[in-house]
Amino acid sequence: MSVLVGKDTRLIVQGFTGKEGSFHASQMIEYGTNVVGGVTPGKGGEKHLDRPVFNTVADSVEQAGANTTVIFVPPAFAGDAIIEAALAGIKVIICITEGIPVKDMIAAKAAVDRHGATLIGPNCPGVITPCEAKVGIMPAMIFTPGNIGLISRSGTLTYEAVDQLTKAGLGQSTAIGIGGDPVIGTTHTDAVKLFNEDPDTEAIVLIGEIGGSAEEEAAAYIKENVKKPVVAFIAGRTAPPGRRMGHAGAIVSGGKGTAEDKMKALSAAGITVCESPAVIGETMKKLLG
Amino acid sequence: MNIHEYQAKEILKDYGVAVPKGIAAFSVDEAVEAAEKLKSEGSTLFVLKAQIHAGGRGKGRTKKSGSKGVLLCKSVDEVRKGAEDLLGDVLVTIQTGEEGKEVQRLYVTDGVDIEQEFYVGVTLDRTCAQNVIMVSTEGGVEIEKVAEETPEKIVKEWVEPGQPLYPAQARRLAFALGLKGEPFKKAVKFIMALYKAYEATDASIFEINPLVLTPDNDIIALDAKINFDGNALYRHKDLLELRDITEENPFEVEAGKYNLNYIKLDGNVGCMVNGAGLAMATMDIIKLAGGEPANFLDVGGGANVETVKNGFSIILSDPSVTAILINIFGGIVRCDRVANGVLEAVKDPEIAEKVKGVPIIVRLQGTNAEEAKEIIDNSGLNVISAVLLKEAAEEVTKAIAS
Repeated sequence: MSVLVGKDTRLIVQGFTGKEGSFHASQMIEYGTNVVGGVTPGKGGEKHLDRPVFNTVADSVEQAGANTTVIFVPPAFAGDAIIEAALAGIKVIICITEGIPVKDMIAAKAAVDRHGATLIGPNCPGVITPCEAKVGIMPAMIFTPGNIGLISRSGTLTYEAVDQLTKAGLGQSTAIGIGGDPVIGTTHTDAVKLFNEDPDTEAIVLIGEIGGSAEEEAAAYIKENVKKPVVAFIAGRTAPPGRRMGHAGAIVSGGKGTAEDKMKALSAAGITVCESPAVIGETMKKLLG
Repeated sequence: MNIHEYQAKEILKDYGVAVPKGIAAFSVDEAVEAAEKLKSEGSTLFVLKAQIHAGGRGKGRTKKSGSKGVLLCKSVDEVRKGAEDLLGDVLVTIQTGEEGKEVQRLYVTDGVDIEQEFYVGVTLDRTCAQNVIMVSTEGGVEIEKVAEETPEKIVKEWVEPGQPLYPAQARRLAFALGLKGEPFKKAVKFIMALYKAYEATDASIFEINPLVLTPDNDIIALDAKINFDGNALYRHKDLLELRDITEENPFEVEAGKYNLNYIKLDGNVGCMVNGAGLAMATMDIIKLAGGEPANFLDVGGGANVETVKNGFSIILSDPSVTAILINIFGGIVRCDRVANGVLEAVKDPEIAEKVKGVPIIVRLQGTNAEEAKEIIDNSGLNVISAVLLKEAAEEVTKAIAS
């Protein structure tokens, strides 16, 4: 068992024949992910990476039994690509694309909710269940199967944490990169719920960053509902207010969304908060004894 | 992207949002001309406003003349005097920091009599992924303070995704301001037009503070702050022209040309990182190691020789940098390649000159990390290598102490 992606994943790649899509699709295939095809409007009927290309997501569902999609479509068209996947009945939509306008994401998220799908991202590294399915752009070799569920807004910081876990002898059930944008599909809280209900996840690493209040909401949920051990780290303690730190969502505004507030909320919920990003792995190791 | 108040008001006017009459001026003569024109149209009182990308102008002071950033002028002569004081002087407000901002543009507006002040703002509510319109009877003060102390005085309406703002919602907001009769009708119209402008321009913040009721029963935006969603600017070429690069940090503008995401900070340890989250975490590490981050710098996915070189140039243009930490997690990018890139950059004569005496700590982790460490250790150059983040932090502490 795992969450979101695994052995039952039948993946399509939207933006399959583009440069990014092609490169990462071949990496995912190499990892053993069941990629059943891809979608590039106008190239339906062709073959790419030895897989069928479809004109629409609906075609891929009908003809290849796709149930999961990963999106590499350019930002101007990515919101529409998410909506297309939701309308076609895809239940797990993972959007890697960075730079989608907020207005497009508001519409896309609403469509995803209406159709009962789960959206991960956008602007995220994707989701991986080690040795079962890699759906995204993460470097596969740092992951190892195990029982730690990992949630993070950022790409390379996720890799950092995973690498520390792996080096500490702690494998991962699934790692979810939820994305650094102001509007994202699956939030920290949603991801915590998934891991809390997953019998194969024994403990959770939650990595947050400044901006918004998603970490505080997750803390409140954990306090009420989660018995599994949770280790957290919040990036951006040294970030000045009013400045967007790379991620569109990472901004302290009007005194809200500071790292200190988030760390306090997490600690108050009984979560072990790491002061330094260098000790995430060893902190979890100690906690699990 | 940020714009000036006068630009924001032009946009609002285009969408039918009521703003005071006003004319932008880039020189004293233009300011006088603007005041003359407003006078010929019936203005008897003028407001002269410094145009900088920062709030708190009314309470701010200029460094040389000690002038306020917003002046009430009873005559054209007073406008001239005020313009002479403000233009070219540096205005310091609560939002600019001590260094302040040079005043290069002015806005001359009709002086409006005020009966009552309100607040209206539009922004994204991240908790529900919907736009929210907020109004408050507490206008003219910092809204964050109102939210903190008297949250019940802020009334909100959320816009359904993909739908317009409904008139019923605008009515509820206008009633919440305690308005009735003519002012009520005008407030409803104002709020409807305001949201339409927000939606049409892909804005991320609209803030009208204060929104005022005049003795003539008009509802007018006395000030306006607008921010646009940077991701959506590709579909608003006209708005892109409003960008005022002189308001931005020159190093940040330079970095942008190389597709580097750089923010200048006040510390002594420069850093270069791939990925925004790891970049923030690296800044935190520097602080924990006893230093202060001199910058945020995300070099993005492709850390090649060129990006590393450009990154060095930008970090080193800040004279307060006494050490540099490069932290790259090689995923798809192989660490040995990054290591070679770093060495090549350090050998570049221009950079070599600047890095003399500045210790460089390179932490490479991920694909081929061990090979990368060997490459650096055997280079004979004054570059310190680290593999674990912890080791990198220890090296930073040592570097600062020496």
